[in-house]
Amino acid sequence: MKTESLLIKNARVVDPSQKLNEIRDIWVDEGKIRAIDKPGAIPVKPGMRVIEANGMITMPGLIDLHVHLREPGLEYKESIETGTLAAAAGGFSSIACMANTLPVNDTPYVTAYIREKAKAVAACRVHIVGAVTRGLKGEELAEIGGMVREGALAISDDGMPVMNSYLMRKAMDYAKAFGIPIISHAEDANLVGKGVMNESALSNELGLRGIPAAAEEIMIAREVALARLTGCPVHIQHISSAIGLEHIRRAKHDGLPVTAEASPHHLTLTEECVRSYDTAYKMSPPLRTEKDVEALQDGVKTGLIDAIATDHAPHGVIDKAVEFSEASNGIIGLQTAVPITFKLVSDGIISLDRWVESLTVAPAKLLKIPYGSLRVGNAADLTLLDPKREWKFTAECNHSKSQNSPFIGHSLTGKVMLTLVNGDVKFSENF
Amino acid sequence: MKHLLAAADLTPTEIRFLLDAAKKMAPVLRKEKEEGQSASIPILTGKTIVNLFFENSTRTKMSFEVAIRKLGASALNFATSTSSVAKGETLIDTAKNIEAMGPHAIVVRHSSAGSPQYLAKNVSVPVVNAGDGFHEHPTQGLLDLYTMEEKLGTVAGKRVVILGDIAHSRVARSNIHLLRKMGASVAVCAPPTLLPPVPETLGVDYAYRPESLLGDADVVMALRVQLERQNRMQLPSLAEYSAFWGLSRERAKLLKPGCIILHPGPVNRGVELDTEVADGPRSVILDQVFNGVLIRMAVLATVIDRPKLEKWIEGV
Repeated sequence: MKTESLLIKNARVVDPSQKLNEIRDIWVDEGKIRAIDKPGAIPVKPGMRVIEANGMITMPGLIDLHVHLREPGLEYKESIETGTLAAAAGGFSSIACMANTLPVNDTPYVTAYIREKAKAVAACRVHIVGAVTRGLKGEELAEIGGMVREGALAISDDGMPVMNSYLMRKAMDYAKAFGIPIISHAEDANLVGKGVMNESALSNELGLRGIPAAAEEIMIAREVALARLTGCPVHIQHISSAIGLEHIRRAKHDGLPVTAEASPHHLTLTEECVRSYDTAYKMSPPLRTEKDVEALQDGVKTGLIDAIATDHAPHGVIDKAVEFSEASNGIIGLQTAVPITFKLVSDGIISLDRWVESLTVAPAKLLKIPYGSLRVGNAADLTLLDPKREWKFTAECNHSKSQNSPFIGHSLTGKVMLTLVNGDVKFSENF
Repeated sequence: MKHLLAAADLTPTEIRFLLDAAKKMAPVLRKEKEEGQSASIPILTGKTIVNLFFENSTRTKMSFEVAIRKLGASALNFATSTSSVAKGETLIDTAKNIEAMGPHAIVVRHSSAGSPQYLAKNVSVPVVNAGDGFHEHPTQGLLDLYTMEEKLGTVAGKRVVILGDIAHSRVARSNIHLLRKMGASVAVCAPPTLLPPVPETLGVDYAYRPESLLGDADVVMALRVQLERQNRMQLPSLAEYSAFWGLSRERAKLLKPGCIILHPGPVNRGVELDTEVADGPRSVILDQVFNGVLIRMAVLATVIDRPKLEKWIEGV
């Protein structure tokens, strides 16, 4: 798609990086943000395409810290191409992809492969997260320096928590030499055991093995302790528990370099969903209680939880159309994250500014990438949202290779209308 | 100076005395080396010195043996694999038994930090530390200092960068003590996993990557990096060490003219130093080996019979 000269008129421009929340016109040309000004102040020039965007919201291109692209090796679930198409359709101009591919992204060679493949086929920017340990096995350090040299911006054993605290400490120490954060899926794997849902009265009732919130609380506490010991920035993924959040609060109070994200599903769904034994609701960490959901929403509201991240986790039919206890964890989330979490704004729980911040400048800061801001001169990564538009998320409009979403067939409010990456239109709806 | 247990214990005056004594001995040994004639400095004729090595050693042990021989003394070598330690004898029992045979000094290497101090409290003869755990290796530190002075004149005001596994290095600790006492400024660099915790407490600057330090260095001392299986929690691979911390040909280009390169040996070629660097004009690695004998002669003569050593110096 060619770079155009675009003038987006009369939209509300929300850009927390410059504390902007006003009706503005915005001009994009040659891949950059060229001007932001009062409505009508930017003259229309020949060759300029004008988009009338009354009632819409223009934001910096959204950034998702937590995506599984499944390539290389698990292309039956997703590929770099399809995953990034789903990202662009969901309003994301940047995503960070996790290391649990096949082979695992634990060497410079796999990192280079992903980088080059993304360069060739991706519909949005792909930021690479390498593994902490070789093969995600939690036994030996991966070649972290080599991966950083090839473009990795962070490391994580997402899905396979590093249980050995000595090794995690060394990983944090080692990461300091390369100035990268460690991203942690914070769960004590032994305490998780064979659990498949939140441990509670409901798990008792349903006869499913439970995962106590303590599994998350313990590991967050450990990561905070290690951040304190090493000084290495640690980002906690998909926080699910109210008490876990208290450990983050303490860490931030003490000025430690600890950040956190919450997923759209943990922010809006509870363990009650599991009642149906629908594997679309099987997550790691599991959906928890109303109280936890309220605490997480409050966390995003206050900024205690820095970012919203999807944990887009595509799985094929063979992974999900099985017994609940056998099913893989996770759901796809790139195309539904905006409507699902924008509802928290519509409902007055989270401010519009904070919501945009959690999807733009906050994750950008974490990965130290120069995106997530519409400052004049920046790369034109931009998302246009129609907050009132109702639409149905269907298998047909789903760009992911996988269908593991509890929202398929649901009517949603709030539609991404346009996604620009470096000025290129990577997704547009009726434009 | 009854013992030499740690570089940290030495005063600048004592350090200077040892370096000067070694310097006085240098021409005799150099002449021998160059002219092939046998030479000796018979300060310790008739004395017996025990090399009590509880840990494998080739270079240090040989260096001590040569030093003992050049001083006219005889060496009694003790290796744990062939000794009663293998049968469960304690360090002190072993030492008491050896002491009963009447040696004039004990040179000890042990994997436990503090063993030489423990030994010194329990025997009446002088004890020389030939390396204890990650703690100290004072004769190595002294020979490194001697080599730096030999090449640079003085270390006062000079910048010494120690690059490698600092956390597990007794060589680094001894060097840091000696260099600071003699007025050098010291920086250490290692993967953060191989730096000791709170490195600033060593009184040195530190960096996680070498590039920022190399340009100002008058001396770069590369340390050996070992990668046994258990160390893969500290270092992913030797390739990664080499890529980011090795003194490669490329990285050596950052060094200023006159900067010298030391390594306590044995060098992992291509890991800590590229072969071109290890064998290049900046390298003083073989000088270190030669100077090691001098320093050990000076140390042994000092702890066993300092008056005779001083008399010999006067006569040179």
